[in-house]
Order: sequence, then C-alpha cells, then structure tokens
Amino acid sequence: MAKQKLSAKQTRKTLATVLRYLRRYRVHILLSILLAAVSVGLTLYIPIVIGDAIDHIIEQGKVNFEAILPLLLRVALCAGIIALSQWLMSMLNNKITFEVVRDTRSAAFRRIQRLPLSYLDTKPTGEIVSRVIADVDQFADGLLLGFTQLFTGVLTILGTLVFMLTLHPLITLVVVLLTPLSLFVARYIATHTHDMFKKQSETRGEQTAMIEEMIGNQKVVKAFAHEDEALRDFDKVNERLRKCSLKAIFYSSLVNPCTRFINSMVYAGVALTGALAVLSNPTGFTVGMLSCFLTYANQYTKPFNEISGVVTELQNALACADRIFDLIEQPAEIPDAENAMATAQGQVTLERVHFSYNPDRPLIQGLCLKVQPGQRVAIVGPTGCGKTTLINLLMRFYDVNEGNIRVDGIDLRDMTRHSLRRNYGMVLQDTWLRSGTIRDNIIMGKPDATDEEIIAAARASHAHSFIRRLPDGYDTVIGEDGGSLSQGQKQLLCITRIMLCLPPMLILDEATSSIDTRTELKIQDAFARMMRGRTSFIVAHRLSTIRDADVILVMKDGNVIEQGKHDELLAKGGFYANLYNSQFDPA
Amino acid sequence: MRKLLRFLKPYTKETILGPLFKLLEASFELFVPLVVAQIIDVGIVNGDKAVIYKNCLLLVALGIIGLICAVTAQYFAARAAVGFAAQVRHSLFSHIGKLSYSDLDRAGTSSMITRMTSDVNQVQSGVNLTLRLVLRSPFVVFGAMIMAFTVDPTSASVFAVTIPVLSVVVFGIMLVCLPLYKKVQERLDGITGSTRENLTGVRVIRAFCKEQDEVSSFEERNALLTTVQNRVGRISALLNPLSYALVNLAIVILIYVGALQVDSGDISQGEVIALYNYMSQILVELIKLASLIITITKAIACGRRVQGLLEVEPTMVMPENGKNPSLAQGEVVCFDHVSMAYAGAGDTVLHDVTFKAARGEVIGVIGGTGSGKSTLVNLIPRFYDVSEGEVRVNGTPVKEWSTERLRERIGIVPQKAVLFRGTIRDNLRWGNENATETEMYDALRIAQAQDIVRSKEGALDAPVEQNGRNFSGGQRQRLTIARALVRKPEILILDDSSSALDYATDAALRRALREMPDAPTVFIVSQRATSLQHADRIIVLDDGEVAGIGKHDELLKSCETYREIYESQFRKEGV
Repeated sequence: MAKQKLSAKQTRKTLATVLRYLRRYRVHILLSILLAAVSVGLTLYIPIVIGDAIDHIIEQGKVNFEAILPLLLRVALCAGIIALSQWLMSMLNNKITFEVVRDTRSAAFRRIQRLPLSYLDTKPTGEIVSRVIADVDQFADGLLLGFTQLFTGVLTILGTLVFMLTLHPLITLVVVLLTPLSLFVARYIATHTHDMFKKQSETRGEQTAMIEEMIGNQKVVKAFAHEDEALRDFDKVNERLRKCSLKAIFYSSLVNPCTRFINSMVYAGVALTGALAVLSNPTGFTVGMLSCFLTYANQYTKPFNEISGVVTELQNALACADRIFDLIEQPAEIPDAENAMATAQGQVTLERVHFSYNPDRPLIQGLCLKVQPGQRVAIVGPTGCGKTTLINLLMRFYDVNEGNIRVDGIDLRDMTRHSLRRNYGMVLQDTWLRSGTIRDNIIMGKPDATDEEIIAAARASHAHSFIRRLPDGYDTVIGEDGGSLSQGQKQLLCITRIMLCLPPMLILDEATSSIDTRTELKIQDAFARMMRGRTSFIVAHRLSTIRDADVILVMKDGNVIEQGKHDELLAKGGFYANLYNSQFDPA
Repeated sequence: MRKLLRFLKPYTKETILGPLFKLLEASFELFVPLVVAQIIDVGIVNGDKAVIYKNCLLLVALGIIGLICAVTAQYFAARAAVGFAAQVRHSLFSHIGKLSYSDLDRAGTSSMITRMTSDVNQVQSGVNLTLRLVLRSPFVVFGAMIMAFTVDPTSASVFAVTIPVLSVVVFGIMLVCLPLYKKVQERLDGITGSTRENLTGVRVIRAFCKEQDEVSSFEERNALLTTVQNRVGRISALLNPLSYALVNLAIVILIYVGALQVDSGDISQGEVIALYNYMSQILVELIKLASLIITITKAIACGRRVQGLLEVEPTMVMPENGKNPSLAQGEVVCFDHVSMAYAGAGDTVLHDVTFKAARGEVIGVIGGTGSGKSTLVNLIPRFYDVSEGEVRVNGTPVKEWSTERLRERIGIVPQKAVLFRGTIRDNLRWGNENATETEMYDALRIAQAQDIVRSKEGALDAPVEQNGRNFSGGQRQRLTIARALVRKPEILILDDSSSALDYATDAALRRALREMPDAPTVFIVSQRATSLQHADRIIVLDDGEVAGIGKHDELLKSCETYREIYESQFRKEGV
C-alpha cells in the first residue's frame, strides 16, 4: 500500500479533479448525505425510545400500556423511515457510482483514440487496460462507498457520544476509554502479519512461474513423459505455499476475534458501571437507559473497526483516481487541419525531415526524398536504422520535428489525418486481427463489400483456401489477436484486407515475413498487379521483392546513405552490396 | 462446485472442528443477554451488588472463552481452506498431465493457468470465509430463537414468524442476484477485451480511420454493462433496508407481547430486555451475512470454472495393457491411408497419407505453412488420434501401444525450443532419468552443443532460467536436440528444429546423426529444401495431401510442388 500513497500536493490536485468530475452529481451527493444523517440519527434514537418503553414495563400489573403503544408506534415509524432512506441512499449511490464509472471509462476510451502514438507506444498495454478497468472500479467504489461509510461512521460515533453523554457521562467515559484498544490491536496484528504475507506472495509468485512454465509447455512435458516428475516438483512448492499461506491467513484472521473480545470487555464494563449507577440513583438512571446503553456499546465499537479500513481504501481510491485522470488528461494529438485530401495521385516528397523519439538520441536527420506517382520504393537496412520510423512518419502516426512531408504537394499537417490514411493501404509485420469473424476482419477498409468482392480478394492473397477449411468459413469467429490462426495465416488475412479496398498508395512492412516461400511467390503476382500504378513503400528482407523496386533506399542510423536501382547499387560496391552479400549469401 | 468439496475430505477434522468452535463461540455470545437479564432482575431489583459483580465477571469470562474458541476456529478454518486449495492445485496439475494434445488445444493455456492461480485463490478464501462465518450466522439466528423460547415461549413465537420471513427475503434476493452478478462479470470481460484490442491494434484502427466506430461500439458495450449493474444494484439495495425494517417491526411486536406477559406476571423486565437483545443480535448477523454474499458468489463462480477444467475427460483412450513390441528390422513407421482433422475444425489437415520408413532411414517432410507437416509427425508418438487409417510403429498400431513405452522410444525436438528452469543436467535428464555423464556428453556432441556447455560456468550444472531465457535461440535449439538424443531414441523427430541453426551447423548435425551407432529413424520437418536435400526420402505435402515422395533429384523432375518450393528458395538465396 505504501507505494500507492501520494504526496500531499498531488492528493490535493487529484481531489480537486475528482470534485470537478463529481460536480454534476452534487445534488445527488447532498441528498445522499442528508439521507445518511437521517438514517444514522434515527438508528441512534430507536434504542432510547425502546428504553423508555421498557421503563414502562416494570412488573406484574405495573405495565403502562397507554404510554407504551405510542412509543412502539414511534419505533415502527422510525424504522420505516430508516429503511426508506437507506434504500434511497443506496439507489443514489448506485446511480452516482455506475454513471461515474461509465462516463470515466468512456472518457478514457475516447482519449485513447486521440492520444498520440508517442504516448501509447511507451506505455505497456496491460497498464493502460488496468487503468481503464480496475482503477476506475476501485476509484468509484472506494471513493463513493468509502466516503459514505466514513461519513456514516463518523456520524454514528459522534451521535452515540452525544446520546450517551446526555444519558450518563461517567459510563460514557468507560466506553470512550476502552474502545480505542481495538484499534491498537488491529494495527498491531497488521504490522506483524506483513512479513508473512510477503513470504506468501513470494512463494505464490514462484508457484505461478512454475505453473506458467509447465502448463505453458505441457506438450513438451508430455512428449518426454515427464508428467510425474513435474507433479513431484510442483507438489514441493505447493506444500511450501500451503504452510506459509496457513501462517499468513491464520494470524491475519485474529483481528476479528480480538476486536470482538475488546467489544465484550466494553460491554461488561458498561453492564457493571450501568448497574451500579441504577442502584445508586434509580430515578436518574433507569433500567431502560441501561438497556439503551448496552445497545450503544455494541454499536459504538463497530464504526471504529470500519473506519480504519475505510481510510486505507480512500487513499487507495485516490491513487487510482490519479492514474485515471493522468490518462484522461494527457494532451491529445495536435488537432486536424480543416482540409481533406481527395484521392491522391501518389507523389510523396520529404524535405529535410528531422525526427527522433527521444530528444537526446537523434534518429532521422535531414532526410530528403522524392517519390513519383506509381513508383515502387524498397527500404532496406539493418535493424534500428529507421525503416519503421519512416512508415510512422508517412502515415502521420508521429509528426516530424523539422522539415515537412508532402503528398501531391500538400503538407501532411494541412490535411485531416483520416483523408491521408484513407489513401494508404498498410500491412505490417506485426499482424493484428480483432476478435470477430474472418469477414469482419477483411472488410475493415470497405465495410460494404459484397461476398464476391471478399472472396475475390481472398483468392488473390491465397487466403481463400485456408479460410474455406475453417469450421464456418468466412463466418468463423476468431478470438482476440487471431486466436488459433498461425502467424502466416494472420498475415494472409491482413493482405486480403488491403486487396479488398485497394487504396492509391501502399505501405508493406515485412508483409510476407511469416509466409512460406512458395505461397509468397504466388502472392507476388497479385502484389505486383496491385502495386501497378500505385506508389508503394516496401520494407522487406527478401531479395525478390527488393530487386524489382524502382528505387531502393538504403538506410543506416536514420539516414538514407544510398539510393538507386538494384544493379546500380551492386555495381557501386557500397553498403548495399555488402549487406546484400552477407544477408543473401547461400551457404 | 459441489464436486470440488471432496478435496476437503483429508481435512474432515478441520472442516468439522472449525465451524464447531465457531458455534461454541456464538453460543457463549448467546448467553450474554441472559447474564444481563440476571444483573437487572436479581442484581438491580434486589439491590444485590454481589450478584452484579459476579455476573459482570461472568461476562468477562464469556468473552475470554469466546476468544479462545474463535482463535481455535480460525486456525482450523485456515488449515482446511489452505489444505483444500493445495489439494485442488495438485489435482489440477495432475489432471492437466493426463489430457491429450487436443484437450490441451481446446482448454487453452492461459485459461488453464488462470484456473490454477487466481481462481483457486478465490475459492480458497471462499472456503475459509464459509467455514468461519457463513455457518455462524444461521446458527446465531436460530440459536437466538431457541434461547428466546427458553426465556418465554409465548414471546418467542414472534421469532418463529420473523425468521422464516427474513430467510425468504435474504435468500430470494441472493438467488435473483447470483446470475446477474455473473452477467456483470461477463460484460466487464467484454469491455476489458475491447480496450486491450484497441491498444494493441491502434495503428491498424487509425490506418483504417475506425476510431469513431470503435468509440461507438465501446460505448454500446459500456452502456450494456451499466444496465445490468443497475439491475443488480436495484435488487441488492433492497436487502439491508428490508431486513432492517422487518427486524424492527418484530422488535415492536416483541416488546408489546413482552409487556402483556410482564403484566400477567409470566416474565420479568430483565427478560424483556434479554428478548430484545436476542432480536438485535439477529439483525447484526444478517448484516454481516449480506456483506459476505458477494465474496462467496465470486468464489462459487471460480469454483465452477475450476471444476469445469477438472471435468474435461481425457479424450484419448489409453489401452489397458499396452503393448511394447521390440524394434522391428524392416519397417519402423508405417502410415496406412491416414487422414486427420482437428477436433472442432472443419476440413482434414492430412488427407490419405500412406508411406513406410525403414530402420535407420532419414525421412524429410516439406511443405508450406499449414500444409500438415507438424501434424504428420505428431501422429507418430500418438499426440493426436487419426480420423481415418492407421499409424503403426514397429508393426503395431500406436493405439495398441502403451503410450508411455511408445513415447520412450521416440526422441522429439519440438518447433519451439523450450528449456526448463534448473541446470543443463536437469534438462538433459528429461530425456533419460538415469543418463550417465558420458551419455550426456555424447548427445551434446552429436547435437553440436558441446561448446555451449563448455562456455558456461559449471558446465553441465550451469543454471538454466525459466524458458531458457539465458540461452540464445540457436543454443536452445541445439540443447533441445541433445535432450532428445540422450534417451537414444529408435525414432528421432526434428520438427522444423534446425531453423535457428546456420547452414554449417545444420550440415554438421545431419552428418553426426548419420554416423551414430544404431542410427535412429529420423524425421526432419523443414521449410528449407537444402536441409532435406540429402534425406533418403522426402515427403512433399501440399494442403494436407501428399504431392510426392522420393529423393531430391527424382522430386525435382517429377513433383511440381517440390520444384516450386525449391525454386522459390533457390532464387531467393542467390542467383
């Protein structure tokens, strides 16, 4: 928990943001607080009325029914009001919680769609997902429920104190002095079980690692008939985990019995002092009052136990809120220009482009390039030379730091991102498919495609034959990220996606890296047909793809160091010739 | 869920003693109102301070006994819950060990891991809570009623009416909410999925200008979630107010009835207070119970999932008395018109495959992605059952073999080179538990892995991290080959396992294999024609069909598919 604590300044800032988000609900919140106050007040009032009623039931023949009946009626009325206000309060709290959760998630999701890739690329996916899902839940639950619990808790304690003081100050002192003991006990146990929990989570981590290793590679385990040995090793860790879990769970579960024990001591103290008080002054302190006091003694200790939990929960909720608002309030991409670009001719120029992900490590420096409509540009170079970066810039996933990129003479920053990207068809090495049917995935670029068009595209990319063999053909549902499809099959689907919508410019980043050579050769024809008349940028390591390009850009450390046709570059005997000889030299 | 409970059996003692001590604690608590009644009726009414002191001491004593009982109960409950979870994990692990490859495919790795980790943890805390608290609440409720009867049967009839009504309310609300909670979880999973998808696919989504569509579909799902949440919220919000109102109504009636009883001289004032206290105890317990319900509900849902995995019946039937035929002289492996379709998939991945492999032969298997190469070799150790036809090893159908004996004869080098945490020695022992140092070094030599061991500190005892992270891809691959060779297999299967080796090492490996004494029958799966050029025979697969079988030179002439593969690579690899 310690790591989730925020600095005082940060807490104030986050709190201010939270309050701004809750402003819409201020009427609801006020009403909820009001209802809580009503319900707490009346809950405390009921024992007094019942005490009064009991004082009218003295012994045989000495029961005052005229006095009792209205009192009982009052109890019933109070109980009714309490139930009603509790119900209304829950409904209000539910409404606020669920709506805040829904709206915060929506806001976060909308923001994700508009965040620059420079942000998304540097944050692990799991972390952002956990902000949108778990943190939002914790924030809403913890903050709102924690708040109402804290409020009713404090109110109950104060109310009980006031009621008790008016009844009998001395007995109140007994309660006030004894109760905080339970807090100390709880704190004492918590600090002493900390190490046991740490040990437990370490052992659990060790076991999880083993489970991931053995279950994740279960097929290898089976291939070597190693199941029994694996089970034997597993049981060893399992037994260790059992032992340290037992310790952690047992010692931590002592909190409840111990605080309950202190409660019963308080109860006994009240019974003793109360009974003595009745004896010494029967008219000033009645039996009914004693009964009422005993009820309070029970009620009074409960909020104390709750409040200590609520405070940590509130701190935690605030930390969650901080993470969510950090995401929601990240600066979005630079707003789009007004103008849309029509279907591009395909002339692409880069003028003195400077770009780097990190200002300390310059990457692309002063890159110039002019691509005529319909030209085929192959980009080659060692890992980290800036090939993928160039694609990021062409698609305007990132903005250049200096210089400019133009399509048909228009600066990328002077057109809407959508109109630019609609002109590009992109297939990346890192294939991505969404959960849904095969068809859903193919029609991403052309939602109104007919079945004939889809099948024609799939035939062209040689995906048709494997799709046909799936259980439901084109309607087969695939899981998140392609599910059981092989990497090669996923790549074929990504190619089909482009074959279907055929935009005027193409970007192919290692688009066939996972496809076997024979199929690739067959797709090449379709690719060649597709690229005819379309400006294409191709990152590839296979010679056949590179050799036929109109221009080969040889990149190294963010710069184009050589440029020209295959034969020219080979004849030059420079970096490309070297690269070509080392990479494609047969054994 | 119920079937899971059998894992509590070794902890029968704890399972009974835990709640029992909890009940003892609760019963001592039930005496408290009686003691208070004594203080009032005897102590205060007669002005007897000794009685007051005595009874207050009794209250303290009850508290101490209660504490001892509670601590004992917590101990037994924790012991039972933790032991139960350990048993469940053990059974899951061993059950997964019995599943066949198709069962594993269907169950999915990540879901199996979740079942074994977070789900079991949830069930553990569920069992712990149930043993500790869930039995306590009904006991206190009914105990309070019984105690009320001992005080005064007439007044206690109020309890007899209240408790059934309360039970109906509590359980009714619980039953309605249970399925709804499950739905909430499902919809939340949906939202989680679409958030993750949008992050991993951000480039594609933006490239296709799909941002707005994604937002609308997310908001639709989000709204659906809120709808169910509201529905559950509306119903579960009734629980506390309703029980509160009911109990207080009962108190009002109770005090009225009590007043009548006092008036007619049947009970005393102190006894009315005792009855009132019993009713209050019921209310406190109900509120506690309500807050537990959600945790228990979650535990039950997780328990069902765990049980679901345990109920996956291994689909492969193992023969009762499996055969263990000795090595045949002639034909070692025989495929007889074999067809194979994966469970749940549509078409066959292998269609009517027939071939024979003799002792010591090297068989190459080549074909494009998804042509069925791996499937073919996976049928030899019977990782999958064929749909049609028969696979025979040493002349005996694999279905009649003892699966364990069959797999002992076969050395497999899987596509994915995985090593396990431990030492190099530990990993080699997977191949043969009793391998000597010489045998290990022999295997390493053939696998071209000697230099790896030599370069590592500790040689054979050099540590291997999880998944062999501290070795390069090529090193891992050679070590997995050595692992398969340590058992001196009769059949060796290399499933595309030399792809991370350079040409020279690949060639050296093939030469060393050939020079082995008692050379095994070797199956080499590859996409690289050069790796197979020297095989005795090459099986060419195209979309699951055999396109040709023969030597390299023959196939170049007769088999068009082979020629296309060869040329596609030959052209690539330099003109």
